[in-house]
Amino acid sequence: MNKVAASLRKAIELSELKDGMTISFHHHLRNGDYVVNMVLDEISKMGIRDINVAASSLFPVHESLIQNIKDGVIIGLDVNYMSGPLARAVSHGILDKPVTFRSHGGRPRAIHEGSLKIDVAFIAAPSSDAMGNINGVEGPSACGSLGYAIPDALCAKKVIAVTDYLVPYPNSPISIDQTLVDWVVKVDSIGDPSGIVSGTTRVTKDPIGHIIAGYAAEVIQASGLLKEGISFQTGAGGASLATAFHLKEKMIAKGIKGSFGMGGITGFFVDMLEEGLVEKLIDVQCFDLDAVKSIKNNPDHVEVSGSFYANPGVKGCAVDNLDVVVLGATEIDTQFNVNVLTDSNGIIMGGSGGHSDTAAGAKLTIIVANLLRSRLPIVLDKVITKVTPGDTVDVLVTERGVAVNPQRKELMDSLKDAKLPVMDIEELKAAAEKIAGKPREISFTDQVVGIVEYRDGSIIDKIYKPTGSER
Amino acid sequence: MKILRQTRAGSLESNDLMVVMKPLGDREGIKLEINSIVQNQYGDRIREVVTEVLKRNGIMDAYIMIQDRGALDCTIKARVETAIKRGL
Repeated sequence: MNKVAASLRKAIELSELKDGMTISFHHHLRNGDYVVNMVLDEISKMGIRDINVAASSLFPVHESLIQNIKDGVIIGLDVNYMSGPLARAVSHGILDKPVTFRSHGGRPRAIHEGSLKIDVAFIAAPSSDAMGNINGVEGPSACGSLGYAIPDALCAKKVIAVTDYLVPYPNSPISIDQTLVDWVVKVDSIGDPSGIVSGTTRVTKDPIGHIIAGYAAEVIQASGLLKEGISFQTGAGGASLATAFHLKEKMIAKGIKGSFGMGGITGFFVDMLEEGLVEKLIDVQCFDLDAVKSIKNNPDHVEVSGSFYANPGVKGCAVDNLDVVVLGATEIDTQFNVNVLTDSNGIIMGGSGGHSDTAAGAKLTIIVANLLRSRLPIVLDKVITKVTPGDTVDVLVTERGVAVNPQRKELMDSLKDAKLPVMDIEELKAAAEKIAGKPREISFTDQVVGIVEYRDGSIIDKIYKPTGSER
Repeated sequence: MKILRQTRAGSLESNDLMVVMKPLGDREGIKLEINSIVQNQYGDRIREVVTEVLKRNGIMDAYIMIQDRGALDCTIKARVETAIKRGL
């Protein structure tokens, strides 16, 4: 038996994809991905219309979807994160149907419960055999973990693996196996390696980032969670990764060993694993080449599905085992609600990803952010788009002070005892406005361009088209 | 005071601004163009600050172009003041 289809077109024909159906993609090839554009180009040529695209994330490289929308090929989008020209076009109202924004845990919940039904899943497969045994660690487009693709492969009616590295049967290791895959298509290239993973993720040299990270590490220590077996997740950039750096120094100084690090994994976390500072890494997505190499070679670096990571609808997901998560924010309001989806002009430039999932799961959720970013105060009366609810956020750390959610009275006392610069979040907001002035609020039309679905399926906010954004 | 030559001050780094100033004839007045990444939030405030510095220095006629990268008021004042002094 052999599942190799002669061409992408042939595989789409075999899948019986029709007008109005839903197709899905995963985003491990990130801004180097060729598969989304390739598939939609083929669908367009085949004359299929009104397609819903459920992609775990879309990036600047997916600009050509704007034309697919204008041509009526795409009628709807369902994403966890979206940035670049397509995101801006959506903000300007290019789609009649609002885009559904989910979290990395909410998406697999919706897929498994059937509220997000996928007719055909396209799996970008860095390596596959002719039966559809797939992994992400071999081939020219190796991306490491394939975690976000697993719910799609499990639940879609039809599954097409698109690969540029067809290997003899049986392929191993196996991330997605042949019992789930209908057809395999060989193409010239599924992605541009330079856009898939970065070379090496470096810890920031920005001194303000390190002030913030230093405070954040102090907060973790003062919370009492810095002890043997600590588990944590941080972001891959700026003050968030710098916090991992400061946390690591404290762990070394105190001789503490962590149980696991989780998330989008970077070389920094790989180093901690190899230096014996954490026992395991739990990985849904690799951010750099070191992470890809590690997940291939190190059995303690574990690939998990999006459901295992963060799905609130299963019998236990890993975010619930997190002690500490350190996250960024575009805006945070005085109720501690966080926006990571729209920019200061209300234009879409991101999404939850795992933000709201980890915030809900972790014992301690820390937001790290500069008090001012390009003059704009980070603390507002009300965030433009609510993505992560304030009752799941414990501490905001800025270079000027640390604000604790008033619901966490004990934590506040511990931080004060540790001589951290604890301030009321209203005081932080006032301090920012004293330096920068109060920003004028921007205005919106009543056209809804996006719906923000919280991880449990409830609607947490709506995204409106800003006024004067017709350009 | 009169702007006699084209001048420039500042940079396009984050949190800075670039000021370009050119002479205009008598009674042509102030022509001020502002381009800011925080136009929607602080565009009016930037105009206010620039106008105030021009007034304080007695500049009646000039063309001024501002490219702002999120500078604070103190930075805006300093850059505009420098551009003026270089142009006198």
